[in-house]
Amino acid sequence: MENRVTFNNRWLPFLLIAPQLLVTLVFFFWPAGQAVWQSMYLPDPFGLSSEYVGAENFWFLFEDPYYRASFATTAIFSSLVTLSSMSVALFLAVMADRVIKGSGAYRTLLIWPYAVAPAIAGVLWLFMFNPSIGVATYWLKVLGYDWNHVLNGTEAMGLVVAAASWKQISYNFLFFLAGLQAIPKSVIEAAAIDGASFAKRFWTIVFPLLSPTTFFLLVVNIVYAFFETFAVIHTITAGGPRQDTTILVYKVFADGFVGQDLGSSAAQSVVLLFIVGLLTIVQFKFIERRVHY
Amino acid sequence: MATITLNAVKKTYGKTEVIHGVDLDVADGELIVIVGPSGCGKSTLLRMVAGLETITAGEISIAGRKVNDLEPHERDIAMVFQNYALYPHMSVRKNLAYGLKIAKIPTDEINRRVAKAAKMLQLDDYLDRKPRQLSGGQRQRVAMGRAIVREPAAFLFDEPLSNLDAKLRVQMRMEIKALQRELGVTSLYVTHDQVEAMTMADRVVVMNAGIAEQIGPPLEVYRNPASLFVAGFIGSPPMNFINPALLSDIAPAEAETLGIRPEHCALTTAEAGRLSGTVAFCEALGADTLVHVRMADGSLLIVRSDGDPIETGEAVGVSLETPEILGFDSDGRAIRS
Repeated sequence: MENRVTFNNRWLPFLLIAPQLLVTLVFFFWPAGQAVWQSMYLPDPFGLSSEYVGAENFWFLFEDPYYRASFATTAIFSSLVTLSSMSVALFLAVMADRVIKGSGAYRTLLIWPYAVAPAIAGVLWLFMFNPSIGVATYWLKVLGYDWNHVLNGTEAMGLVVAAASWKQISYNFLFFLAGLQAIPKSVIEAAAIDGASFAKRFWTIVFPLLSPTTFFLLVVNIVYAFFETFAVIHTITAGGPRQDTTILVYKVFADGFVGQDLGSSAAQSVVLLFIVGLLTIVQFKFIERRVHY
Repeated sequence: MATITLNAVKKTYGKTEVIHGVDLDVADGELIVIVGPSGCGKSTLLRMVAGLETITAGEISIAGRKVNDLEPHERDIAMVFQNYALYPHMSVRKNLAYGLKIAKIPTDEINRRVAKAAKMLQLDDYLDRKPRQLSGGQRQRVAMGRAIVREPAAFLFDEPLSNLDAKLRVQMRMEIKALQRELGVTSLYVTHDQVEAMTMADRVVVMNAGIAEQIGPPLEVYRNPASLFVAGFIGSPPMNFINPALLSDIAPAEAETLGIRPEHCALTTAEAGRLSGTVAFCEALGADTLVHVRMADGSLLIVRSDGDPIETGEAVGVSLETPEILGFDSDGRAIRS
């Protein structure tokens, strides 16, 4: 059966998609085009003129040890965020799925952090772990640990990972819970009758059946860690200490708007654009086909 | 091979009691069909035997062993679910072997049992397929196979045929029956389809609102229903119920309702019958015709006639085989004479 709407007026379809098209063109294509264009120019120190340099911005970037370090930082940061937010969310979802009494309240509370704006979440964690006035810092000191993420790069990374993951857990939780509830109860019961323990059922039945959800979340979380954690990093560490928490997106901002190196910043944007493109291709390729049974 | 005993089994959810004390003794190798309308508690009862629901009161024993506090897998039973409950990400072979692998049975023994079950169920050619690549009947067979390979003390069937189309259902119910005979495994079979109950069971348990209304061989239940409910539930079309005032000369004194099966009624001329009425409508089934007769008091009486359909509105008489008439008292219990 073909489900198709036919328009009699030739211009009506164009009129109907025009708003979406306009938004896409003005807010996505134009800036992206600007970035590509700017990435090939080098402005003079006063911003009065710019000179065409071809791919030189890119060559310069890839030879820059700071930029390469930022790549490594991003890889560490995004894998830690993805891994911790997904595993904690999965654990919570599995537990919440078993709760019968008061499950509504339980679930609602678990979903709340998602409603917190990234910058607010960042500030929240910053206050808790502030080296001089933070509550968490105080208790760590009581336990004999001297926390100072302003000086210690590893601690700074730990803190931004925690803050960024914390926010994403709610989102992942929601999808995992929905995924769990879509698994027929009788399949789990059949496995129980077959003698599988809770852990065994989880690893041999539940986890494989969740794989479409898991894969979807994997891509979403990587994209999140790459691009949407700017506010968290900006409020907590501003990319420091040294450049230990400067992920690629943060470096675009730091080089372009703080360092005023627009050519390099634009070139970095183009690199990111390329990465997003790759991720999208991977996502569509696999999600269309579905990585499951 | 085992017996199953239910002793005053009850189930309550919060304050609502859904099963009000069921007693049942299943002999070794017997196939018991529990039949009843939706919500009568038949599935709950089966799930209590399986260990998927807790037992509020009473006792369930399998092979002489009290199982009330045992986990499902410790009860030595296998269950076939309505929606098959196959593991969708595993091949047929893995589905069959799953329980055996967990029980740490040696690989060659697993292979032997899987091969044997696959042969018995004609699944040999499908062992490497995934459940979604199978038809409904094949999936049903895999679900059966998963039960068979475990060589359990008892099979539990929870409406296993209700997702199949009518033709396949007829075929599968014969296959299940034959398989159960061949293996001789004690079985509990839950269904809402009284035809399955009649054709498959050694004994039938008719359940209504959490009570086992009658337990007995199918024909016994058909011929001598213990209550109005059983009389109306078993048999298609159901038994006719007649107001005793219409037959006051033969009705037992305490009878509130009289019952007679459609095959024990016959059509005659309007003057000759015990009862008379007009034809409301006819259902021609081919071999015979169900004639619905509107009686003087407005009730309908179904007559199984071997003639052709009759014009609606025609006045007819109905003769009854009076020895076949059953009386039911004010509680709906059958009056034994």
